[in-house]
Amino acid sequence: MRLGFVVERLLQLVPVLLGVSLVVFLMITLTPGDPVEIMLGNERATPEQAESLRREMGLDLPPHERFVKFVRNALTGNFGRSFFHRRPVAEVIAERLPATMELTIVSMLIALALSIPLGVLAAVKRGSILDRIATVASLIGVSMPGFWLGIMLILLFAVHLGWMPVSGRVDFSHEVPRITGMILLDSLIQGRVDTFLDALHHIIMPAVTLGLAMAALLMRVTRASMIEVLQQDYILFAEAKGLGRARLLMRHALKNALIPTVTVAALETGYLLGGNTIVETVFGWPGLARVIVEGIFSRDYPLVQAGVLVIAVIYVSVNFLADVLYTLLNPRVKL
Amino acid sequence: MTASAAPVEPLLSIRDLEAHFQTQVGLVKAVDGVDIDIFPGECAGVVGESGSGKSVTFLSVLGLVRPPGWIAGGSIRFDGRELTALTRRELRRVRGKEIAMTFQDALTSLNPALTVGSQILEVLREHTPADGARPAEAQALEMLSLVGIPEPAIRMRQYPHEFSGGMRQRIMIAIALACRPKLLIADEPTSALDVTIQAQVLDLLMALRHRLGMTVVLITHDLGLVAEYCTRVIVMYAGQVVEQGPTRSVIDDPAHPYTRGLIGSIPRLSRLGEKIRPIEGQVPELVRLADECRFRARCPVAEARCGARIPMSDLGGGREARCVRPGGRR
Ligand SMILES: Nc1ncnc2c1ncn2[C@@H]1O[C@H](COP(=O)(O)OP(=O)(O)OP(=O)(O)O)[C@@H](O)[C@H]1O
Ligand SMILES: [Mg+2]
Repeated sequence: MRLGFVVERLLQLVPVLLGVSLVVFLMITLTPGDPVEIMLGNERATPEQAESLRREMGLDLPPHERFVKFVRNALTGNFGRSFFHRRPVAEVIAERLPATMELTIVSMLIALALSIPLGVLAAVKRGSILDRIATVASLIGVSMPGFWLGIMLILLFAVHLGWMPVSGRVDFSHEVPRITGMILLDSLIQGRVDTFLDALHHIIMPAVTLGLAMAALLMRVTRASMIEVLQQDYILFAEAKGLGRARLLMRHALKNALIPTVTVAALETGYLLGGNTIVETVFGWPGLARVIVEGIFSRDYPLVQAGVLVIAVIYVSVNFLADVLYTLLNPRVKL
Repeated sequence: MTASAAPVEPLLSIRDLEAHFQTQVGLVKAVDGVDIDIFPGECAGVVGESGSGKSVTFLSVLGLVRPPGWIAGGSIRFDGRELTALTRRELRRVRGKEIAMTFQDALTSLNPALTVGSQILEVLREHTPADGARPAEAQALEMLSLVGIPEPAIRMRQYPHEFSGGMRQRIMIAIALACRPKLLIADEPTSALDVTIQAQVLDLLMALRHRLGMTVVLITHDLGLVAEYCTRVIVMYAGQVVEQGPTRSVIDDPAHPYTRGLIGSIPRLSRLGEKIRPIEGQVPELVRLADECRFRARCPVAEARCGARIPMSDLGGGREARCVRPGGRR
């Protein structure tokens, strides 16, 4: 890979982040509602008290100056303090991001484990009953709203059958000291099997909700590209060499057929890492998306701005990694 | 075979081969009653227009006709065995090991995601026992230098797109010949190459044929190449063999009007001063063919008798033609 390519990509980040910041800033500034009023709530505060709070939060400045100040601070890594949490914004985000990352990783693992074998099988047995079932199932999966599936899972497995917890990441009784913030990982590092199992128990339903939708999409991508690859001359030539079926599929076909799957999966990972508002809300998952939504309701401007900025950075970085991955799989492309 | 020569057992003997495709317009009989013998050590040319069934005939030999197509009947004997009766596993041991096949476009026939080295090594490993006397790497290197790839040790680690068209064709040949097959089916090995490279690749193929004692079937559109490289020619038309015999005598005195048309349409072969005439019309749809000569609609000398099923007639001298009056004779 050329160094120039990396630099180019980093430079592209500048206008993207500036644009995202501006849009978010405009949106929160134009939304009605006064953070000071919300914070003071029902407390009977004097106008003087309110005014000093306003100054403290930097809300007394005109909007353009507020934006310039935000950008200047952000450049030095200072995202300010959360109005609502009354702590540095960076701290709040660092606490919530691992939850979203954990959910993303498990969802993606579920999606890949389902979609690749099914997609390959559907392509190999094209037109068979199995192919048709898989195709219909993936159609349902793609078109099913995530919140609906989530609610159905909760109603059936948590409320009705009582097999699954309704919400949260882990029971209080199993909490472990924080290392990475990803409970599954932390519990393993610390050898706490009970915590690991409990966290797994909690993550299954939200991860399945996200994973199924993703699996449906990835299966369609895998099936389509596998069908295309299987018709290529190089598969016929490999077959004429006397290679066995397994070798033909795993080595000659899959390596080419997975190029689009991996690319789409990487892009979807970037999307998931931004957090899924609906799933995090339905399952009470304390992730990045939910904290941003809460921030919007409480007019917590610094938190919302920094949160969205973090999502944008993650998204762009994952896109970059997807490009790198693409070239690793496809020797014809050089970056 | 000529009456004077001692009868030689064919290496490959195809009888009454039927290969069909189920398509939207109906059942396509892409290969319909084909009889072909290939003799040990010869280089036989198979010619015919696009769609005449050349590729499907020889894909059938390797059991590689894919859905929506299938082998609907006939027998394929190779070296004393009936290939159509083999299990999948047994057939796999024939493919690449005893009968190898190369295809027209080496760019699309080599896997873009695998190095050239791994693509040649895998066929060697597939067919040579693990305790083979020589490591596969050494054999692969030797094969690549045999087909004229300079610095094979470096080139092994490269991908197909890093080679020129002619080099890729050589690599495909090296892969096909890696296990020293008895029979090589070269399906249009040079159609994708320009003329000078064409000659280089074919000369290489012929040199290797002598060196390795191989039998070769050269499938091509180009009767000129057959005239230059093949001792015997088989002419196919619309899923049937319409004429076969020693190349010289077929070209000097074609018995079937289609063969005559093919020769007339090639400048190198038509006599000096004669006008080049392409054959009028098109190959018929292979669906719902009537029981008549398939060339009838395009034939300049068609007559009433051509409306019946035409058998192959033996013309002597190893020649056969599927025509009611071969060579214009009565
Ligand atoms: N996958 C397929 N589906 C449907 N019909 C097919 C398929 N492959 C081949 N055929 C039929 O078989 C006929 C013969 O095809 P074949 O590839 O053997 O021709 P060919 O003589 O090798 O022609 P070319 O010179 O173009 O390679 C075609 O005209 C077509 O009707
Ligand atoms: Mg062909």
